[in-house]
This record gives sequence, C-alpha cells and structure tokens, in this order.
Amino acid sequence: MKFNSNLLKKLVTVYGPSGNEGKIREVIEKEIKDYVDDIFVDDLGNLIARKKGNGKRVMVAAHMDQIGLMITHIDDKGFLRFTNVGGINPYTSLSQQVVFENGIIGVISSEPMEDMAKLKLENLFIDIGVKSKEEAEKLVNIGDICVYRSEYGENDNVVFSKCLDDRVGCFVAIEAIKQLKDSNNDLYFVFTVQEEVGLRGAKTSAYRIEPEIGIAIDVTGSGDTPKAKPFAVGLGKGTAIKVKDNSVLTHPKLRQFMVEVAKENNIPYQMEVLEFGGTDSGAIHLTKEGVPSGVISIPTRYIHSTVEMSSKEDIINSIKLLVKILERDIEI
Amino acid sequence: MLLKRLTEASGVSGNEKEVRQIILEEIRGFVDHVSIDRLGNLIAYKEGKKASKKLMITAHMDEVGLMITHIEDSGLLKFIPVGGIDKRILVSKPVLVGKNKVFGVIGAKPIHLQKREEWKKALDLDQLYIDIGVDSKEEAEKLVNVGDYVAFYSKYMEFGDNLVKAKALDNRVGCSLLVELLKEVKDISFYGVFTVMEEVGLIGAGPAAYSVNPDISIILEGTLCYDVPKLDEHLIPTYINKGPAISLMDRTTLFDMDFRKKIVGIAEKNNIPYQYRKTTMGGNDSGKIHTTKEGSITATISVPCRNIHSPTSVMSKKDYENTYKLLKAILSEYEKGEL
Repeated sequence: MKFNSNLLKKLVTVYGPSGNEGKIREVIEKEIKDYVDDIFVDDLGNLIARKKGNGKRVMVAAHMDQIGLMITHIDDKGFLRFTNVGGINPYTSLSQQVVFENGIIGVISSEPMEDMAKLKLENLFIDIGVKSKEEAEKLVNIGDICVYRSEYGENDNVVFSKCLDDRVGCFVAIEAIKQLKDSNNDLYFVFTVQEEVGLRGAKTSAYRIEPEIGIAIDVTGSGDTPKAKPFAVGLGKGTAIKVKDNSVLTHPKLRQFMVEVAKENNIPYQMEVLEFGGTDSGAIHLTKEGVPSGVISIPTRYIHSTVEMSSKEDIINSIKLLVKILERDIEI
Repeated sequence: MLLKRLTEASGVSGNEKEVRQIILEEIRGFVDHVSIDRLGNLIAYKEGKKASKKLMITAHMDEVGLMITHIEDSGLLKFIPVGGIDKRILVSKPVLVGKNKVFGVIGAKPIHLQKREEWKKALDLDQLYIDIGVDSKEEAEKLVNVGDYVAFYSKYMEFGDNLVKAKALDNRVGCSLLVELLKEVKDISFYGVFTVMEEVGLIGAGPAAYSVNPDISIILEGTLCYDVPKLDEHLIPTYINKGPAISLMDRTTLFDMDFRKKIVGIAEKNNIPYQYRKTTMGGNDSGKIHTTKEGSITATISVPCRNIHSPTSVMSKKDYENTYKLLKAILSEYEKGEL
C-alpha cells in the first residue's frame, strides 16, 4: 500500500476546531462522496456516510475537530485574549503562530512572568499585528476560534504535524472507505464533531444510527521517548488495539475479534492500555441499550502540540486492519 | 411582584415544588398545555402559528442550599451542601429549615475564642451548625428531620441604581423571564420548560429535552458577575448593567456559532445592549439539551448576578428588562421563520 501523503497533508492543513468543523467537513465530504451510497450532515455537524449492506450495522467514528483557542477579549491596543477549546497547554502555545478561519494569522506571546512555572493561558495573548482595537475588530470577533499554524513534515518513517489528532483517524477511515471491496455489513462512517470537548458529536450520531458495533479510530500516546512514563505502545510497532482508556473498556469479544483479524492477515499490532484520555467509543458504547465497541489507535508522540508524530507503517497497518475487520462478518 | 415571590420561595435542588406551584399559578390560562414529568420538570406548551422548527425555552427552578444530616444532643443541626456552595459565605447567615420553614441561624465559634491560626482558614462544614433555638435533640426533632432541606433566608430588596438584592437569583431570574414570556407572547408556538436539579448536575434537563425533542433551545440563566476594579479586563466574566450576557462556551457546551451570531445580530438590530459571557467556567442545562437524542442547537442568555450562589445575590433591573426585550425580539424573528 502506498502512503497517500498528499491527502494526509491536506487533512491536517484544513481549519476545523471543535464547534466550527465546516471547512474540514467539506474536504472530507468531497473526498468520499463517490465511494458511499448515502451522505448527510446532522444538526451538530457530524458528517455521516453510509455504505449499505445487509449485515450488522457498524459505526466507524473518527473525529474531525481539532483543539483551538477561542477569543474572549480584544483590548484597546488590539491584542487578543483567549481561552482553550479542548486540551491547550500554555507552554506548548507560547511562541506559536495561529490562524483563524478567514486566514488571519497571529502569534502568541506572554505577559512578563517572574516565575514561568506559574504560566497560565490567562497570561498569554495573541498579537495579530494591528494598531488598535478598531482595526482588530475588522479582522476577528469575540467568540472566533483560531488553531495552531505549523508546517506538515515527513521522512521515510514518520509524519509530523499539528492535529494528527485526529485527522490521521479521518485519513484511516477515508482510505478504508476507498479500499473496501466486499462487505456484507451496513457501514456508517461518521466524521464526528466536538470530540475534544467531550465526545459530543459521537453521542448524538450514535443515537441516530443505533449501531450494533462501534469502532472509533483515534490517536493514542506512546511510551517510547526518553524517560517517558511506562506505556507499552511505541511508534513503528504496529496499529494499536485498545483495551481501555478513561472513557471505555472495549468489548472483550470485539477486541478478540480484532486481534484475530490482525493475526490472520499478518498485520503488526500492539495492545493499548491507556491510563488517561478518552475517545468517541466512550460515548458510542453507552448509547441507548449499549453498543459493543472497540478502538483502533494510531500511536502518536507529542499529542496536542504542533509536532504530533506518527509512524507511516502504523498508519498503513491501521487502514489494513480496519478494512479487514469491516470486510468480515463480525461475530461476537 | 413575581421576581420577589419567586426568589423568596424555597426551592433547593430536588425540592422545587413551592417554586413550581407559583409558576403553575402564574401561567395557568396563558398556555395551551402543561405537564409535570416524573422528575418534576414543568413542561408548558404555547400553541400559535405553526413553525418549521420546534423551539424550547428553559430555566431551572432549583437553587443551591443545604441539607440536614444530623441532629446533635444539644439540638444543633449539622448539614451538607446541595449544589455549589462556597463554605466561606455560610457563617452567620439566617436560614429556613424543612417544610415548615423553621427559622435558624448558622453559627460558629466566636472570633474571640479562635486561635490566630484559625483566622487564616475558612471555617469547615464540621465547624458550623444550624441553631434553631432549641436546647435538646428531642425538641429539635419535633420541628425538623434529618434529610430536611435548608434554604437561605433573604428578602427581596431593591437598592441603589436599579439594583436588586435577593437569594436564588440563579435562576429565579430565568424563571421570571420565562413566565413573563409565556404570559405575554401571542400566536407563537414554543415550549417553556422549567427544569429541576440543575445545580446538582443538570439532572432534569436531559429527560425534559428527551420528551420535548426540540430543534432549537434557549437556556435562560442568572450567571456569574465579577466586575470589581483591579481585575484585568479580560478576566471579567460579565458586567452589571451592560445587558444580557450571551454565552460563547462553557464546560458543557460549545454554543452553536451561527445561532449565537443571529442572536447578536438581533440585539444590534434592535439597539439592545448585550455582552459576551467571557468565562468558560461553569455549565448549564444546555450541556444535556444539545446532546439529547440526535442533538440540537442551543444558546444561553443570562442576566449577570454578583455574589451568585449566596443569599445576597445582586442583579440589575435594566439587565432584566434588556434580556426580556432581546427574548421578545428573538421570538419575533422566530415567528418570521428567521431562526
């Protein structure tokens, strides 16, 4: 399988913070619409694409939204104050560039700090290079959300960029949609909204779909960097099959099924036991009468930074595993 | 006066009956259908012109308060908080205990007897007690029971330049606005829903939204206001007298951007002052409402309240009036199918 760098690069470059996913949704919709039978957008903005089948109703979820910074105040000189949309860290944010939906670019700096250990988001501001409040207000409004701006990079082994969380999950789902051949299952691919602020899009879309099986595709951490907390997931060691995180204990039979499919197809995999974080399966598995759910994770370093890094091999193996799972009659 | 009656009624989370009764009496005859669901939410429907979208306007009826956990041999009562109570505001406050509203005061060790070390710390709940003026457990038990609710005792009062002091402005101010809307608006179809147990985790709103299944919802609130001097401007959540506060985001909802912009547009068109609620702390019924069933669009509009969650909350009558104006303007756009 060739690694489609162009598509992944496009996905991580398009603007789409939680609550404002319109642009990224359009890009994904264009990419998949010829490969699915039915496609629509629900009230919260989830993109729901269906590949019809007579078998089990399976929901595959990857979230479109990325973390961002929402403007809460514009001061007299045109400096912007902000709050976090999702997990934004003040140290990671310092000296970054940001970009708004309309293309306006800004840089983040901080008030003078006597003690950097006390740095909080409220000490930071965005400078969009204007001379006054009036000038600023022509370009941005209170309530607008900007996102980190950074270059996509890659070498033979890895890709690195902002918002691999979870555009790489979207990438895996899109590539799987394109590669799927024979599937008996009734497949719903959902590109969800507002995962980063609390799995909200997955909740409402799962209610609508009433899946019999749920599979989320998302990034997970890695334990393979210097002095990292012990965590048996590393880059280049295969796709990760989740056992647990803070939002879900994956269904043991579905998990076992995923492992068997990986083994049968010689797809390298690793088991993921995550002590923190959560993903869309956390919302899906509690829908209505309950939905057996699992997660395919892409091991990723430096999550929620501008240099999130994943292995190309792991990404390819995640696509392979998802395709093979969806082509099988899922018996659990 | 409605706001006076509503704020002086007791309605700690889980015990909203007295407030619900006032609202029921007020709106009777003005709405086409009323029901009370199993959790105690009051769901009213006003039938008017047919609209393509189902609109629900909500306000929670409950307030924060206390609950009796233990009666000591001395007749003093021990308690726990119900909802978000700042324990520093409790000492020396008058309260009403139980169904019969037995008067009591929250007492503690006098300052003379406290050691210097003790001055530095807020009194913990186990250092506080409610004194209902009896001197034995037996006498106390004739008046109150373990499990009784305790509400602050605080009279509605107007002071200064159009300001109001009362307890439970969060969220009787929302209830009052919604009651007035239900009584005054004609020929527009919408649901007015008064929810229970918001202060203990948005409990009533989910089931209420599940049964109404709205397309759009507006949540009315009394929200935090901290506009004292010496705070950096960007850290001030809302101001008194700057109009209704429109929420951007809180811990439970990222408010729909298009709907928010429409509301701002309506305020501007009608020359109604407004402000944004700048903090993202706290949450409200919208958190449950917008993720119920297949999801829906929500906005929150609030009247700023200083000293929120205390017996001496303060709001401005001008903000109240401007919030009401904004709501009426929104409803008239809704009537035209513009929401």
